[in-house]
Amino acid sequence: MEITSLQLLWFVLLGILLAGYAILDGFDLGVGILHPLARDDRERRVMMNSIGPLWDGNEVWLVVFGGALFAAFPKAYAAAFSGLYLAFILLLFCLIFRGVSMEFRSKRPEKIWRTFWDWSFFLASTLATFLFGVAVGNSMHGLPLGKDGDFVDSVRLVQMLHPFPVCVGLFAVSAFALHGAIYLNMKTEGELHNRVQRWMWTAFWCFLAMYVIVTVYAIVAIPRATSSFRNYPWAVLIVGLNMLAIANIPRSIYLRRPLRAFVSSACTIAAFTFLFGIALFPNLIVSTLGPEHDLSIARAASTQKTLGIMAIIAALGIPFVLAYTAVIYWVFRGKVVLHDESY
Amino acid sequence: MDVETLSRIQFAITIMFHYLFPPLSIGLGVLMVTMEGTYLRTGDPQYHAMTRFWSRIFAVNFAMGVATGIVMEFQFGTNWANYARFVGDVFGSALAAEGIFAFFLESGFLAVLVFGWDRVSPRMHFFATCMVSLGSIFSAIWIVVANSWMQTPAGYMIDPEQHRAVITDFWALVFNPSSMIRLFHVLMGAFILGSFFVMSITAYYVLRGRHLDFAKKSFTIALGFGTLCSLVMLFSGDLQARVVGFHQPAKLAAFEGVFKTEPGPTGMYLIGWPDPATQTVYGVKVPYMLTLLMYRDLSTPIDGLDRFRPEDRPPVRVPFMTYHLMIGLGTAFVGLTVLASYLRWKGTLFEKRWLLWVFVFAVGGAYLANQAGWVSAEVGRQPFVVYPKVEKGADGMYTMTGGMRTVDGISNRNVVVASQVLTSIVLFSLVYAMLFAIWVFVLNTKIQHGPGEPEKPALPGSERSGFFDAAATLVDRQGTTLAFETRERSKGDE
Ligand code: HDD
Ligand code: HEM
Ligand code: HEM
Repeated sequence: MEITSLQLLWFVLLGILLAGYAILDGFDLGVGILHPLARDDRERRVMMNSIGPLWDGNEVWLVVFGGALFAAFPKAYAAAFSGLYLAFILLLFCLIFRGVSMEFRSKRPEKIWRTFWDWSFFLASTLATFLFGVAVGNSMHGLPLGKDGDFVDSVRLVQMLHPFPVCVGLFAVSAFALHGAIYLNMKTEGELHNRVQRWMWTAFWCFLAMYVIVTVYAIVAIPRATSSFRNYPWAVLIVGLNMLAIANIPRSIYLRRPLRAFVSSACTIAAFTFLFGIALFPNLIVSTLGPEHDLSIARAASTQKTLGIMAIIAALGIPFVLAYTAVIYWVFRGKVVLHDESY
Repeated sequence: MDVETLSRIQFAITIMFHYLFPPLSIGLGVLMVTMEGTYLRTGDPQYHAMTRFWSRIFAVNFAMGVATGIVMEFQFGTNWANYARFVGDVFGSALAAEGIFAFFLESGFLAVLVFGWDRVSPRMHFFATCMVSLGSIFSAIWIVVANSWMQTPAGYMIDPEQHRAVITDFWALVFNPSSMIRLFHVLMGAFILGSFFVMSITAYYVLRGRHLDFAKKSFTIALGFGTLCSLVMLFSGDLQARVVGFHQPAKLAAFEGVFKTEPGPTGMYLIGWPDPATQTVYGVKVPYMLTLLMYRDLSTPIDGLDRFRPEDRPPVRVPFMTYHLMIGLGTAFVGLTVLASYLRWKGTLFEKRWLLWVFVFAVGGAYLANQAGWVSAEVGRQPFVVYPKVEKGADGMYTMTGGMRTVDGISNRNVVVASQVLTSIVLFSLVYAMLFAIWVFVLNTKIQHGPGEPEKPALPGSERSGFFDAAATLVDRQGTTLAFETRERSKGDE
């Protein structure tokens, strides 16, 4: 089946939503991953409050991604979500705990109360990030799609954990930790700021190591990752730009320009999302049982009419969303200051 | 148990838990707009303290709404995959619109509302409060439109090739026969809940003699709003019931326990207990009433369940009981709020301790009415998840064609197996029970803490460093304790 331009538009828009989510929620998941490194209650509060006003808006990118996937490609939504049942349920628990741990932690002064929510914040953020990575890794690797567009049987959690997805999961954790550390560097001052500086370096080296491992692994063992470059040679350009962006991260950290480092790591995350999209294209879910079972964009899509209506909805909504996202980030710019209403 | 039952139980648990929070957000949002608007108009710092207090409660509630809402959205895919395939073309756009129009608006401006007191001007802050309230109403709009489409589908056709519903007319879908009426009813339900919530806490303060000025002013605002909404609810409920009667006659029969069609006008049970085995209802019946309400005459009989094929009939007991519970509570709210308004007008309300005690607990009734309404609406439409076309034949029998049966909506049985669903139900129940306990506990902390003393709000920026320094010094001395919590405890139990 030919892909229509509306179907392509929605594939691209989903990619943008996913990239937006990974960049924005990426740094607040990263702050969660780094949370145990804080030394005392005040530092923990500073860390939580650095993302306090922003995390919920960031998470909406995921909500909209889910809604848009449901609407634009219902068959892919249905197959992936039911097929990876327990993984998604686990992810939901992570998202639940993350949100409420920030909200609840500051509400009582008792040590045990706060320690509990600190742990739940850390574990939920880390596990959620890992699961996102595992999901991406499994999609690259392929899933057991049968001919009716549904999985042939239920995929158990352990089955999802082959070495490649696990590597991608760890890679995601390191990338978000780096992204979060850079963000914290912009938001903190004093002694914590200096320590964050060190975290950034450590996170960067972990990230670099995982990047090399995942890239080599993908080239060697995941044919899909390389075949797309044969079809779309220009995609190599993205890889090149991505490397430049990655190289710019340590340079900016060294020059003490955290904003530039942040923009670079955001670009890196966007580039990875793009490469992921290219690797899947023109499919949404690829089958391990043979290419004839792949769930292609054209096969999974809603009708032209629905896609058109949604395009109008998006065109109306997106300018507003961008406007108030900008306003919110502007209002809450600058270093974290704790006060009465803080977490 | 099979996957269908388990999935339904899971859906019921998660949606009912989610629906504890949004109505409060919606109701409280509107009240906060009123309070902050009054502050801007009058400059009375009491209203400033009031908005601040309620906005903290709002934030806790909102976080729970968000955490449980994400579960809902993913669940259509995990547990109801075939349903998702069937309705995605129609239903998905409403869900996507909800995200784009409502959730971004709400979550973005909530940040300003909660954290922005010192960062933006009072006008900008008021604007943020309005946007949060608007956002929460928007989310209700889209999800209720989606739900109403499932109840009274319109603007679609079935694509026979792919066996799925596809849009033919977007506006017919949005303005399907029940959507606006249902939306109105749902919003009123949320407003009533918000009012009763505020009245409950402030009545408690009055009884305890705490924060009296704050409490009486808040109570009065909420009482006015609550009385209005309770009265409007009678009208709205009547509309709702008639829409059900015309579009989902089997559901109406279940609501009212009409097992058999009678030749003459049909009466209505005020209270009762239906027994499906013997097809009778034990209770108090007002003759003519149902016919009168439904058709505005005294002769047309109401079609009973015997006019439907057995496989199309909904269960009776649950819809009947929950529906009557809702109506009973709705009527009680009218009585309660009108009485209180009269006393408030006479100026003796705050001396009537018994009545204040009633208000302390009446908020439970408002939660119950909201939940009961949804349970009756959703169980009453069984065994369908997307309602079919209903046609009445010449012999008076109904045929139902199209739509989707609930059994057909679940995920394929080899993909999602019963043990997985059971595991997730157990986990959800545990986590939700824990969250609920914590939510009540935190809410109680907030309520015991009470509002801050009204103070002239400082100019933007000037108090910031003060709090920061104070917090820092206190933390240094006391380890983990925070400045404002220390203040709270030193005030002690008043
Ligand atoms: C405070 C909450 C509240 C109160 C006092 C009432 N309702 Fe209600 N009702 C709801 C909250 C609600 C609800 C939770 O919002 C529902 C569930 C689905 C819906 O559309 O709204 C609902 C549903 C609902 C339905 C079913 C709609 C359907 O199945 O499609 C009917 C017929 C009524 N209501 C009628 C009434 C009447 C006659 C009332 C008399 C006073 C009344 N309600 C009070
Ligand atoms: C099955 C149906 C539902 C789904 C899929 C759903 C989905 C969601 C999602 C994903 C969120 C989180 C948004 C965020 O991250 O900011 C949310 C929150 C919310 N939902 Fe639902 N929801 C459902 C039912 C309802 C109903 C029936 C209402 C109201 C009538 C409602 C009103 C809200 C509101 C107001 C919020 C904001 C949080 C709050 O105020 O507590 N939802 N919902
Ligand atoms: C927020 C208010 C809502 C409540 C309290 C509610 C309540 C319920 C309950 C109790 C059930 C179980 C019925 C049974 O087991 O017989 C159910 C089922 C269901 N509801 Fe709702 N519902 C709400 C809104 C929605 C919305 C907005 C949607 C979709 C947009 C929806 C879709 C469904 C589906 C798919 C099922 C499962 C199939 C079924 O058992 O009917 N519900 N709901």
